[in-house]
Amino acid sequence: MAEKVLMKGNEAIAEAAIRAGCRHYFGYPITPQTEIAAYMAKKMPKIGGVFLQAESEIASINMVYGAAATGMRVMTSSSSPGISLKTEGLSYIAGSDVPALVVNVQRGGPGLGGIQPSQSDYFQATKGGGHGDYRMIVLAPASVQEMASLTIKGFNLADKYRMTSMILADGTIGQMMEPISFEDAEIETYEKPWALTGHGNARKHNIVNSLYLQPDALERTNFERYEKYAAIEENEPMWEEYMMEDAEICVVAFGIASRVAKNAVVAARAEGIKVGLIRPITLWPFPTKALRKAADQCKRFISVELNMGQMIEDVRLATECKRPVSLCHRAGGMIPSPEQVLESIRKAQKGE
Amino acid sequence: MEHKRLTLFAGHYGSGKTNIAVNYALALAGEGKKVCIADLDIVNPYFRTADSRAELTAAGIDLISPQYANTNVDLPALPAESYRLVQDKSAFGIMDIGGDDRGAYALGRFKPYILEENNYRMAFVANCYRPLTRTPEDALEIMGEIEAACGIKFTCIVNNSNLCDETTPDTLLASLEFIRKLSQLSGLPVWMHTATQAVAAELPELDEPVMAMKLQEKYFDLPTQKSGNRPMWA
Repeated sequence: MAEKVLMKGNEAIAEAAIRAGCRHYFGYPITPQTEIAAYMAKKMPKIGGVFLQAESEIASINMVYGAAATGMRVMTSSSSPGISLKTEGLSYIAGSDVPALVVNVQRGGPGLGGIQPSQSDYFQATKGGGHGDYRMIVLAPASVQEMASLTIKGFNLADKYRMTSMILADGTIGQMMEPISFEDAEIETYEKPWALTGHGNARKHNIVNSLYLQPDALERTNFERYEKYAAIEENEPMWEEYMMEDAEICVVAFGIASRVAKNAVVAARAEGIKVGLIRPITLWPFPTKALRKAADQCKRFISVELNMGQMIEDVRLATECKRPVSLCHRAGGMIPSPEQVLESIRKAQKGE
Repeated sequence: MEHKRLTLFAGHYGSGKTNIAVNYALALAGEGKKVCIADLDIVNPYFRTADSRAELTAAGIDLISPQYANTNVDLPALPAESYRLVQDKSAFGIMDIGGDDRGAYALGRFKPYILEENNYRMAFVANCYRPLTRTPEDALEIMGEIEAACGIKFTCIVNNSNLCDETTPDTLLASLEFIRKLSQLSGLPVWMHTATQAVAAELPELDEPVMAMKLQEKYFDLPTQKSGNRPMWA
């Protein structure tokens, strides 16, 4: 059996990042993700890495930008209000095509909001947040094990496509503890001929920049970037299907909401309701094909979220509004109970 | 089991201090003792002694908890009534201290009272399955950092080695080598082992006592991610 350790979700992210080769962490503390920084502060000095608590979120994301330009595996982490502050940097990183890992352990908003778990940064993560045409790969872990595995996956994808991978977790998964294993971790490495590593007059110097003096050149980079995004949408969507084989009702939920929804699906099956779950693991690229296929089979969809209804828009788009989609949700740091989700499944069964 | 007037639980964060403090308080109350428990965690705003308020109150235990515990105010402040714990010597006092050296700073202000009364037990709670206390040497380092932060020396060790829901008697038995080494390195006795009631019931006879615990209820019941749920490495 694999050797297991008992980890908090936040610690799992930090340990996985170190195992993935990250030796540069820049951050600024905020609840409920502070354990990531605390773990890095403890570990990085022992392995020759850099832990730096910056003077602000804005400073830390620009340190990420700079270190990423040198081709190092680099990360930062924060929670909702802190990610808003980092958003300018995320746009610059996207415009410069450098890889980085950014973690958002979400809390309730808007504004300072609260410190309890939330999924209300779905729009911000999947639709951009910052200015300009850009995307981030958004990974949504639903367990402490996935906090680790998706962090490693996130670094791999960031390097592969030269862009930001965001881990979109929430306070629950960040804080809860589960036994996990680091066996089977597949760490990929990529050549980075674009990186600023010093050329020693042996090659032409590289430039990492998001400023273009000519509009046609800027347009060209946008078009090229979107070709890359199209390839990602084709090749990288990840999702889990649970009891979908004969499902007539499809619950869609990610992260911690999917854990609650799974309980409700099991309970509804016990009542004879044919219901299944699709859990998007990548929120961008969204698993559009899986949902489109489900729309041919299921008569109703239910989006379960810890927000006022954000992913539900992507569910409607993916299913091309062929079927009614209802929302089952709590907000502001509250979590739907399995009973609440079960009740929404019962209603969907009755066609309500 | 001999009880000291004051019992302090400290250790690495996530080592299980709160569950142990709550269960020990309930055990003392079960022996008919007058008990006061104080939540002195200024580090982590979640998983608090106050989560067990109903059970503690029902057992007649006096709970001192920060005013803003379990709200959206993440304020590392302790109530003035915390002093009741060190000043009212008619009750057995239990202190649930925040994780690591950062949490132990909160204890410093009570140090003069605790050392003057000199009727305390300060237990280092250890779980060898936690990533930063995997080896006795790592645990010893954290122990030293906590002592330096609060100015009080540990007097014993509590072995709370576990893997949450996946804990079996073997999980605890496999930790004995770790805990003996930590005891040897620190020169401190192992006061007790702790395990859930289910695991404790299956344990063989050990040299030290085992406290069987009823764990705090989870915020909501999460289905365990069993091995059937494939890890997402691919």
